[in-house]
Amino acid sequence: MTSPSPAAWFRRALPTRRRATAAAVVVVLSAAAVTWAVWPEGPGVRTESAMLTVRSGPSGDEPVDLDTTLYLPDDASSGRKVPAVLLAHGFGGTKESVRSDAEEFAGRGYAVLTWTARGFGRSGGEIHLDNPDYEVRDAQRLLDWLAARPEVRTNAAGDPQVGVVGGSYGGGLALLLAAQDRRVDAIVPMITWNDLSRAFLPESTGAAPTEGVFKKGWAGLFFGGGGNVGSGPAGLSGGTAAQPQGAPASAGPPSPGPGAGPGTGPGGAPTGAADPSCGRFAADVCAAYLRIATTGRADQAAVDLLRRSSPAGVLDRIKAPTLLVQGEADTLFPLGEADANARGIAATGTPVRVAWFTGGHDGGSGPRSDEDRVKFLTIQWLDHYVKGEGDAPGDDFTWSRIAGFDALDRGLVATGFRRADYPGLTGNARREVTVTGPAQPIANPPNGNPAAISSIPFAGGLASLLDGVAGDVPGQHARFESAPLTEAVDVAGSPTVTLRAASPTGEAVLFVKLYDVDPDGAATLPNGLVAPIRLTGLPQQVQDARPVTVTLPGIVRRVEAGHRLRLVVATSDQAYTTPAEPTVYTVAADGAVSLPTVSGEPIPTAATIWRWVLAGLLAAIVIGLVVVVALVRRRHRRQDRSVHPEYADTPLAVRELRKEYADGFVAVSNVDFEVHPGQVVGLLGPNGAGKTTTLRVLMGLTQPTAGEIYVFGRRLVPGSPVLSRIGALVEGPGFLPHLSGLDNLKAYWRATGRPWEDAQFDAALEIAGLGDSVHRKIKNYSHGMRQRLAIAQAMLGLPELLVLDEPTDGLDPPQIAEMRRVLQRYATDGRAVLVSSHLLAEVEQTCTHAVVVNKGRIVASGPVEEIVGESPSVLFDVTDPVAARAVLDRLHGVTVLPESDGQLVVDTNGTARSDVVAELVRAGIGVDRVVPRRRLEDAFLALVGENSRGSGDR
Amino acid sequence: MAGSSVETPLGVTDPAGAARGYRPSATMPFAAEFRRQASRRRTQLALGFMVLLPLIILIAFQFDSGDDDNGRNEFSSLVELATSGGLNFTLFSIFVSASFLLVVVVALFCGDTVASEASWGSLRYLLAIPVPRARLLTVKLVVALAYSGLALILLAGTALLAGTLRYGWSPLRSTVAAELEPTEGLLRLLAVLGYLAVVLLVVAGLAFLLSVTTDAALGAVGGAVLLWILSSILDQITALGALRDFLPTHFSTAWLGLLSTPVQTDDVVRGCISAISYATVFWGLAFWRFTRKDITS
Repeated sequence: MTSPSPAAWFRRALPTRRRATAAAVVVVLSAAAVTWAVWPEGPGVRTESAMLTVRSGPSGDEPVDLDTTLYLPDDASSGRKVPAVLLAHGFGGTKESVRSDAEEFAGRGYAVLTWTARGFGRSGGEIHLDNPDYEVRDAQRLLDWLAARPEVRTNAAGDPQVGVVGGSYGGGLALLLAAQDRRVDAIVPMITWNDLSRAFLPESTGAAPTEGVFKKGWAGLFFGGGGNVGSGPAGLSGGTAAQPQGAPASAGPPSPGPGAGPGTGPGGAPTGAADPSCGRFAADVCAAYLRIATTGRADQAAVDLLRRSSPAGVLDRIKAPTLLVQGEADTLFPLGEADANARGIAATGTPVRVAWFTGGHDGGSGPRSDEDRVKFLTIQWLDHYVKGEGDAPGDDFTWSRIAGFDALDRGLVATGFRRADYPGLTGNARREVTVTGPAQPIANPPNGNPAAISSIPFAGGLASLLDGVAGDVPGQHARFESAPLTEAVDVAGSPTVTLRAASPTGEAVLFVKLYDVDPDGAATLPNGLVAPIRLTGLPQQVQDARPVTVTLPGIVRRVEAGHRLRLVVATSDQAYTTPAEPTVYTVAADGAVSLPTVSGEPIPTAATIWRWVLAGLLAAIVIGLVVVVALVRRRHRRQDRSVHPEYADTPLAVRELRKEYADGFVAVSNVDFEVHPGQVVGLLGPNGAGKTTTLRVLMGLTQPTAGEIYVFGRRLVPGSPVLSRIGALVEGPGFLPHLSGLDNLKAYWRATGRPWEDAQFDAALEIAGLGDSVHRKIKNYSHGMRQRLAIAQAMLGLPELLVLDEPTDGLDPPQIAEMRRVLQRYATDGRAVLVSSHLLAEVEQTCTHAVVVNKGRIVASGPVEEIVGESPSVLFDVTDPVAARAVLDRLHGVTVLPESDGQLVVDTNGTARSDVVAELVRAGIGVDRVVPRRRLEDAFLALVGENSRGSGDR
Repeated sequence: MAGSSVETPLGVTDPAGAARGYRPSATMPFAAEFRRQASRRRTQLALGFMVLLPLIILIAFQFDSGDDDNGRNEFSSLVELATSGGLNFTLFSIFVSASFLLVVVVALFCGDTVASEASWGSLRYLLAIPVPRARLLTVKLVVALAYSGLALILLAGTALLAGTLRYGWSPLRSTVAAELEPTEGLLRLLAVLGYLAVVLLVVAGLAFLLSVTTDAALGAVGGAVLLWILSSILDQITALGALRDFLPTHFSTAWLGLLSTPVQTDDVVRGCISAISYATVFWGLAFWRFTRKDITS
């Protein structure tokens, strides 16, 4: 129970070589981890920024300055040409918005040209909304410029190998550019439009955009975002800048910070006086917006203008393989836009691939899994069709569905799916769900206020999913509900419903939405998508009305079993312009809601890989364990079981034992002794002589540095089974303080796993002599009681060799005497006892043999009688030591040993003590005392004389 | 082997020269160590508290006046849902215990087991029996893990029993998923417990490693808890980026994903990988160290 001294602790804490190695390994590993985490990825990228002046416009001669940056892989040169990517930003952004994507593409070996579209940032010109004569022609001139770059690979003179990538405004440009310029090798338009007039003036029964309902919320944001030259509302333009382009992963352009939108860019403001009502918009675009926004209706001229900026009419001219990425959380350009593009382009045999992800103009870039998928698809598409590497990507359709919240970061989690063919928005199967409810009158609020809120632009997918936003105004909406679904339905595509409506004016603007209602009654409007309809020629009475079929925007959602579907027909929506006149319509819906479903297989995600990693890890651990156990077993079997013939019957033989501690301290330098049956051997030495260390090695607690120990001829190593034949008390008792003495002995014996009856508790308890105290808890024991119990524990099972370290420590004289008898008796029937002590008297009285150690070495050893027996040396106490020394020196054979002052230790060497005394007396020297010395004492005192000072030894 | 056996004066015959009845694989039986630990006050107190805690929470909920505003966070929603049924009550009890209490309890069982023997001085007598060192560690570890598991089961079991008696057997609700039928909810709850047990293996490993390294039981337990807290703090620092994935506590709350529909196992699996790797390394080091070290206590 020795607690290490602070010094010892400090010594141990000092770095030994092994510790230093371990520490170094840890440091290196940590450094490697940090380096790996912060090291920039991929090869280096260099950039060149330039203000290019290109000529475009209807006649191709109107100069406009474009702010460009070219990103080149470090190793690109005229000798090592690389393919190119034209990377367009979203509405309200600048070339800076797409910087990180540009760097990524450049890192993958593309020359990436980004530029700020005309009308934005530092570029000149006005916003023409991807007009083929302006923005698209600008991009054509950039293709010319790219073809002239020495680093860019070309298919023919003036024809660069190039792909066009962009989101939203940039995606529209990609489609229109591919239609107008055959030099484009592949395009990846994301979250973009097919028909801009339909996007802003939707009508879900299939009417023309002139009959459409104006999507004023989004339109206003865009106009604000591109409009103000001066200090436009920063939040608004920033927000606009942030979202419309931002969505798809990093393959789509990310957002600039607030204030990076048009008008707030530093300097480079467009020339000429700006019209405050139009900002940087071209006059015709501005005028069209003002007309539409004022009346809420579009005239044919405005529709024609928007159609010019739409890929819808030119899809058949697109020959570049097209990867269409569209967002599900997108109230601006819903899935239908990409669907129309896909069908139009595929009709001419051009390769088209469609992917849906859970983000969009509302949902952002979506969860990580979606970002990764979109990025992978984009790179794969470009690598094959532009760079010419990798297999053909194929035309399978991938999509994803929101699966829930991420448990850790509160983001959304999406599950990806795949199927071989693109089913469009009608699904590859349909489920009919009947909704019922009486015909209901609903009021159209004057000037559209208060209005229902279905979605808030940029609120993100969370808002629409949390249904915190969705709210219908009482009295302004009709509800038709289904019975709880008996099984879950995986909706993917545009649901259709049939309605009948009546209006006193013959006309009605209505908003049709489909909610998912859980058993608790909480209703969710998937992605905030609504279907606006404008009905004309309506009767006064609803029973006279003819059913109309409404196609809702495409959604991807799993409606769980037990949930209901709720069809809501509302008269107002904050995102749309509605008739100003108050009216009361009547609405009835008694048909079925037709839900398109798509079957597909889940895309394996990183989770699958991690599962394999986990399985591999477990397998590795199991294999590792089996190997380790096998190795240990093998080593165990190979263990030296031979018996040293010389020591086969010797309980203990210690041979040249040496123990050097890690700090260099040599506790035992050379110890050599034997214990034979029937002997009680005393290991005698002052404190620090190495007794305890020897016993520690003997008990297998410490590994010796050199030398061997044999117990009954068996080589002893830590854990040797032969240790079971030794009972020990080393370094004081060690008991569980909360148990009684008896329980401690029982617990100890249980741990040996040996038969209960072999323990001989009674004998041991008798030796301990604790009486009833054995039932008291150890923590209440005195030091002596613990000591006696510890000796009893050592004697449990009556081991053949008993090793006791300072057994009489703490015992009173009668107990010491009793203990001596016990030990002597113990050694009588072939057993042996090894006792360590620093007390000469104890060894002398208890032991048959003694081994005297000092400073780790044996000083004397042999039978006690032999050592204790008469020795030739005598101690004289005389009145005049100087004279006595002179007298004794004259005596033949007698030598005076150099010994302590006032006393003379004399080796009489055969001369009788009486003769020596007579000689001294004759010389007139008074002799006070004559004490014969014994060898053991000689030996011991020789050590103690040197060591006792300051050691506190008794 | 028989040739090398030897007859001792007391008639012991054993190929390895051991005493009669001694077999290395029979030393330190699991039941003996289990009883040894069961007799300790700290074991009884820790397990008792596991039973008591759900009851204290239950009583505390009786004081709910219904008008306090816990704010809109995940904790408040769990509090609000806690009284909706036995399953939710159990979930709440686990939620409040997982981040600290269970960590301390596991660290106590695993960190104290070897270090306390060393500090009492009884370790050297066990090794002198001799109990093979690897066997001693194995039995100690298995028993400590058994008590840790028992603590977890007691906590959940009491909470489930008391909660069901008080609030009834209702579906499991959560803010991250649809309602789960009671049987399905019970399965999810068991999965949560299973994952928690795996995550706590890191604490068990760390505490056990410290336990064989030091003679101070308090140092081993406290050290493990402190390092766990340090890891939690570092995990809050988002600037560390991807490095945080390597923190042992990074995935400690991934069990929330087991409550969503469908079950999100991505982080759970990664958390298992992280926890099992750490625990294996810690235990490996503990065995490597203990089987080689000089016992000086």
